[in-house]
Amino acid sequence: MEQWIQLTIDGITLGGVYACIALGYTLVYGVLRMINFAHGELFMMGAFAGVYTLQGFQDHTSLNEDLPSLTITAAIFMGIVVAVVLAVLMERIAYRPLRHAPRLAPLISAIGVSIFLRNVMLRYTNARREVYPDVFPDGSIEIGDVSVSYIKLFLIGMSILFMVGLYLFIQRTKTGTAIRAVAEDRDTAALMGIDVDRTIVLTFVAGAALAGATGVCYGMYVGNAAAGMGFIPGIKAFTAAVLGGIGSVPGAMLGGYFLGLSEAYTTKLFGAQYKDVVAFVLLVAVLIFRPWGFLGKREDRRA
Amino acid sequence: MTANGSDVSVIPHAAASSAHLEVEDVVSGYGQIMAIKGITLRVDTGEIVALIGANGAGKSTTLRTVSGLLRPRSGRITFEGQKLDSVAPHKIVARGISHVPEGRAIFSQLSVRENLEMGAFQRKDKGGIAEDMERVAVIFPRLRERMKQDGGTLSGGEQQMLAIGRALMARPRLLLLDEPSMGLSPVLVETIFNTIIDINRAGTTILLVEQNASMALQIASRGYVLESGTIAMEATAAELRASDRVRKTYLGES
Ligand SMILES: Nc1ncnc2c1ncn2[C@@H]1O[C@H](COP(=O)(O)OP(=O)(O)OP(=O)(O)O)[C@@H](O)[C@H]1O
Ligand SMILES: [Mg+2]
Repeated sequence: MEQWIQLTIDGITLGGVYACIALGYTLVYGVLRMINFAHGELFMMGAFAGVYTLQGFQDHTSLNEDLPSLTITAAIFMGIVVAVVLAVLMERIAYRPLRHAPRLAPLISAIGVSIFLRNVMLRYTNARREVYPDVFPDGSIEIGDVSVSYIKLFLIGMSILFMVGLYLFIQRTKTGTAIRAVAEDRDTAALMGIDVDRTIVLTFVAGAALAGATGVCYGMYVGNAAAGMGFIPGIKAFTAAVLGGIGSVPGAMLGGYFLGLSEAYTTKLFGAQYKDVVAFVLLVAVLIFRPWGFLGKREDRRA
Repeated sequence: MTANGSDVSVIPHAAASSAHLEVEDVVSGYGQIMAIKGITLRVDTGEIVALIGANGAGKSTTLRTVSGLLRPRSGRITFEGQKLDSVAPHKIVARGISHVPEGRAIFSQLSVRENLEMGAFQRKDKGGIAEDMERVAVIFPRLRERMKQDGGTLSGGEQQMLAIGRALMARPRLLLLDEPSMGLSPVLVETIFNTIIDINRAGTTILLVEQNASMALQIASRGYVLESGTIAMEATAAELRASDRVRKTYLGES
């Protein structure tokens, strides 16, 4: 029994990470009908921004010991800033010029951006991992026979916090409403006086902020940042977004947790080697039987 | 003035009235297709002007070009004396023009209130927006009860009300209406047209595109007949109603 609870907690931990990244895919898909395959790299770049920030504090101050809440906040903030700046640049340089090109063109461009960012970091780090300074208090809480480390609780809590924040932004703010309006009908949104280009950029910004912040928290959780770290979570999160229904915000959250839990239970039932397989089995199954996902809208077939 | 088949009457308008919107020799379309081929028309301050024509004549294209969704290939568009061609659509809204597109184009996944808020997107005056929200609810009481409902759940008539109300939220000085009567019952058409008159009396100039030519020519002061992308006739509404050609082709009389 304890083992199942433990697995559930693991599933929620990873699921929250998938969900936070998946939201970026789904938001951008909503306004542009495009998969930003470089989105996982924003998560990776966020993790690097975080690790370098904390290393900076480590080398020059004693704040990591004296005031870890401050340095962790600063690291998350830097993760957000770096991811947002990169997202704005990639939209401007790699996607906007292709807005009216055939649908495959921006997709290929996105894969190019992804490879580019990964290789920049591979070079910069000489393919080594950057180790996160030990800022987070060790220890765990015990619930019955189940023990959950503080860092795990932190990651679970932060991912929920980020998601709630994004949800409120999309649902309750004027800019969020404009994003939903542009997603539904770009021309009519323009007739309302909405600057469509600016709204598309803001959509990238929202998704990137979430990916960057999650990257820092995830980096602290696994203890390091590496150039390749965005790839698998990126693909998993993309899968989660499709499972939930690409374009649907609640769908991305649901898909993320569903995938995280599926992976956790698979590890127990079939062995850890099948953990990655399950994501793609689910993806294929959904694409065959319910291509619009759990909560997505059925769309007309597009060319 | 005789109003038979071939004549095109140009109406000398009262010298005092200023041209609000001027479209001069505008060519526009989609890709290789020229849907309008050199159109000249004007709407003076305070008028209701009707633009009628058969399916595919280029009526919607004309409105889409004025509101900036399409860029004119050539020609000039001026509004209140300022050039409008090649201005982005969201900036044209800021200049005082609102466009209610064909088929309403309600945001179906936004609530009625959110739809109205989007209509006021560029405005910062919270008090004024709340006032106008109330004004729209007075004009269209059926919307008031449905503020929290998703736009997509409204009936066709309610959607048309929302589309007009949403456009009013921008406080336009010129309102472009594309077939507001489409798909509505005669009673509802009556209601919508009365509302259009009220909006006009309250000071908004209107360019009205309609298939329902008889209704449009009843409330308009002047009208243009569009045929295959060019202006075929231009006259006062009364003259157009009396013209044989209009009666045969657009009013369904024999
Ligand atoms: N998106 C488009 N792409 C290509 N051609 C278009 C497009 N929209 C309209 N057209 C063409 O442009 C011409 C004019 O169309 P427009 O929509 O302006 O006509 P309309 O007078 O509004 O007709 P209706 O009364 O049916 O609404 C038509 O021949 C139409 O086929
Ligand atoms: Mg039309």
